[in-house]
Amino acid sequence: MERVSIKNVEKTFVNDDKEKKSFTVFDDISLDVQPGEFVSLLGPSGCGKSTLLNIVAGLDKATEGEVKVGDNIVSEPGSDRGVVFQEAALMPWLSVVENVKFALRKKMDKDAAQAEAEKYLKLVHLSKFMDSYPHELSGGMKQRVAIARALAMNPKILLMDEPFGALDEQTRSMLHKEVQYIWEETKKTILFVTHNIREAILLSDRIVLMGTRPGGIRKIYPVDLPRPRTPASEEFIKLEQDIMSILGGEIEKVMREEMGDDFNSQKASLLYGTNRNMGDHI
Amino acid sequence: MFPSPIGAVEQLYRGFFETGILRVALFESIQRITVGFILAVIIGGVLGILLATSKLADETLGSLVIALQPVPSIVWLPIALMMFQGGGGAILFVVVLGGTWAMTLNMRMGIKNVQPILIRAARTMGYKKTELVWKVMLPASIPSALTGARLAWAFGWRALMAAELIGRGGLGRTLMDARDFYNMDLVVAIMFIISAIGLTVEYFVFSKVEKRVLSRWGLNANQS
Repeated sequence: MERVSIKNVEKTFVNDDKEKKSFTVFDDISLDVQPGEFVSLLGPSGCGKSTLLNIVAGLDKATEGEVKVGDNIVSEPGSDRGVVFQEAALMPWLSVVENVKFALRKKMDKDAAQAEAEKYLKLVHLSKFMDSYPHELSGGMKQRVAIARALAMNPKILLMDEPFGALDEQTRSMLHKEVQYIWEETKKTILFVTHNIREAILLSDRIVLMGTRPGGIRKIYPVDLPRPRTPASEEFIKLEQDIMSILGGEIEKVMREEMGDDFNSQKASLLYGTNRNMGDHI
Repeated sequence: MFPSPIGAVEQLYRGFFETGILRVALFESIQRITVGFILAVIIGGVLGILLATSKLADETLGSLVIALQPVPSIVWLPIALMMFQGGGGAILFVVVLGGTWAMTLNMRMGIKNVQPILIRAARTMGYKKTELVWKVMLPASIPSALTGARLAWAFGWRALMAAELIGRGGLGRTLMDARDFYNMDLVVAIMFIISAIGLTVEYFVFSKVEKRVLSRWGLNANQS
């Protein structure tokens, strides 16, 4: 468990091509994540929520500002921060248990590494598939291996970048339960990127709503609902609508950018029928 | 004068079990292709990794490799004969050159095409530079390396036969000797051996290994 503090972070992609301007994704973002807290970053595509997560992970460099995990300033990736990506990113030539051991590197001797890997595979209920290869697993199972792999390093914080975005609805809701269980079991600090409001409310202690152009934090919602949460409860729906009212405007901004200034989501929904939704799972 | 199938079979039998000339020639050719193939895979592999990981090397040596690649390696034989004063070294040189470029380009492609997400994932686990090459890029590019090795073998085998026709020893030389004696049955017998070796290695050895590797790496569409 460790505190994450993000201080005045700015990210600008500098373009070498002089005709194109450099592009600032966000600027002056500050956020503190308490030890053991589950925080979601929610926002439309292009708001830089994944970029922010990558900066915390050390995979991207911030143009300005700094990120601290505990007392250490983040400058490169490290095993104190476990990352789960949207794709499982398992090494196809290694079996499930070897993939988990891959994260342990040479930190411990063989028997200890095996025991550690088995422990975390048991936590994600994959003991039966230890010797399978990634291509033999379903998407949800692969993602569970990826979670076990990230946890096996015993990181201080767990960073999850739309980990369930590519999964079907049933698998996703099962994995939501699994993540809650893991969080309660391990007490890790979790930073979770998603574009799914319901997912964010279901899992997090706090939801950080991000917007675009200019990129940045729009609002922070504490979620005080008792766990386990049910999407049908009145408070849940109220919060969902609250967030949607702001997020909807942000999404419209993104769509305008992509489709031209005359785009209007209400007009579009009249044209194409109400059963079409514009964004993916938003 | 015109070769007959029965004559060719007879020559095969005599060459292997009576005079032994085919046995000796086959042994020599196999020795050369084995050494040449191993050298081509090692040199090509190392060169490929270098081209894929160093931008400087890619921009200088890379274009040289691309320029040399379409040159049939047998064209190098005159220079090789000068360099090695004739003899076995020249033939080996041609065989190695025949296989190296295909190996280099496939290895380079394999490393360049490693999914970036695998590298990012490994970096989050604390893997760095050379460790990334050894633990992630290299194993991830094994399917490409295998294609390179198969091509290296095929090119090497063809180059070896061409070089032996002009050079000394092995199946190629024996084939030319047979022609000098107007023994067309023996010529066909040797051609049969050349084809048999090629088929065995390309379709039995490489195909089998490739199939196993592709399914393990999850690249085989038939296997879910």
